[in-house]
Amino acid sequence: MLAMRRQADVLITLFFFIIVVSLFPLGVGPEMNILRAIAPGVLWVAALLASMLSLGRLFSIDYMDGTLEQLLIAPSPLFLLVLGKMISHWLVSGLPLVLMAPILGIQYDLSLEALGVLTLSLLIGTPILSLIGAIGAALTLGVRGGGVLVSLLVLPLYIPILIFGAGAVEASAAGLGYDAHFSLLGAFLLVSLVFAPWAAAASLRISME
Amino acid sequence: MSINWYKYAAPSSFYFLAGKLIPFFTVLAVIFLVAGLYIGFFVAPTDFQQGEAYRIIFIHVPAAWMSMFLYVVMAFWAGIGLAFNTRLSSMFATAIAPTGALFTFIALWTGAWWGKPMWGTWWVWDARLTSELILLFLYIGFMSLQAAIDDPRRADKAGAVIALVGVVNIPIIYFSVQWWNTLHQGASVSVMQSPKMATAMLVGMLVMVLAAWMYSIAVILLRARNIILERESHTSWVAELRGTTR
Repeated sequence: MLAMRRQADVLITLFFFIIVVSLFPLGVGPEMNILRAIAPGVLWVAALLASMLSLGRLFSIDYMDGTLEQLLIAPSPLFLLVLGKMISHWLVSGLPLVLMAPILGIQYDLSLEALGVLTLSLLIGTPILSLIGAIGAALTLGVRGGGVLVSLLVLPLYIPILIFGAGAVEASAAGLGYDAHFSLLGAFLLVSLVFAPWAAAASLRISME
Repeated sequence: MSINWYKYAAPSSFYFLAGKLIPFFTVLAVIFLVAGLYIGFFVAPTDFQQGEAYRIIFIHVPAAWMSMFLYVVMAFWAGIGLAFNTRLSSMFATAIAPTGALFTFIALWTGAWWGKPMWGTWWVWDARLTSELILLFLYIGFMSLQAAIDDPRRADKAGAVIALVGVVNIPIIYFSVQWWNTLHQGASVSVMQSPKMATAMLVGMLVMVLAAWMYSIAVILLRARNIILERESHTSWVAELRGTTR
């Protein structure tokens, strides 16, 4: 867990999430009915942005100090190493958001059940963000304006997760079933778990040529 | 009769082949466009529900088809370029992207113009419109990634990865009208069933689709030729070409 050595990075992501979520009541106004209605979307979009914010660091530090080249010639298959990087990215940037989300949800006056669904949807959804985001991070490694480019590449691919993640919370708030949303999120997670490490490994090889 | 197809995989020979094909496809595009517009405006009957406004279909449907189809073709060539390391395929993928993005934009734009009189709104956040919008973002992402990388070979490969990842979106767009309840109507034309619209309308639309095809081919060949010239500017055959034209 080398990433934990830079605790400031973890905290920055977390505080970015908290600040963005807290900005909305200030901008929209403290009307509880409106806040309750926009809460799932706001929390999910904030989680998306926070997760993307930390993508730049996923490979760039290793790229600069040469660790990445060592990884590329390591005997173990590259996609396993990349999967490890993805999991550690999620642990330091995704998991804190998941743990923080219920507390922020209370600010938005969400019901207990909606809070549970929100946390669960983030728990399934944020790993997908790390998995897909790693492809974008690998592709833009060492590219001019890489940080902005990552958002352009990755955010369109995040949209389905946003729709179904926030949709699950909205469905539960409206008293409808949310099983279908969770099934789809789970399907996204499994598919990206299979393909994303492989695609990111291929992208790394392209970037390191 | 056997043609050595591999001969035209070399950018130098493809350049001249494309040069010969472009006028042909340009003429066809103009013919189909004129014929399609004539049928669309003067022959096709007025729709009993939508009045004259439905005539946007003659632009909208071909553009939407091309937007999806060109993405698949682009991803296909990008993938071939990635797998077999063929330069021309990657150049082709790069050449297709702007045309695809243009058609996506036209499909969204005419869709908004059609939506206003029919649905009473420019835009709804339903599945098909949203996924078509994502398609536009994917095209833009592909183009900006390639533009940001200086080394053309790396740009080709990086673009190929993002194009192939984005291909997931195409079936989602195509089947979105079946999978979700949406304001957008179902597929207008199906191979399996008899068409649900008047013959003149159908013919007009198909002719416009042909026009869109011919236009795309002509423009993409033209752009591919420019890319070839740009990338091969250090080779002797381009230098020769420069000598003869100057």
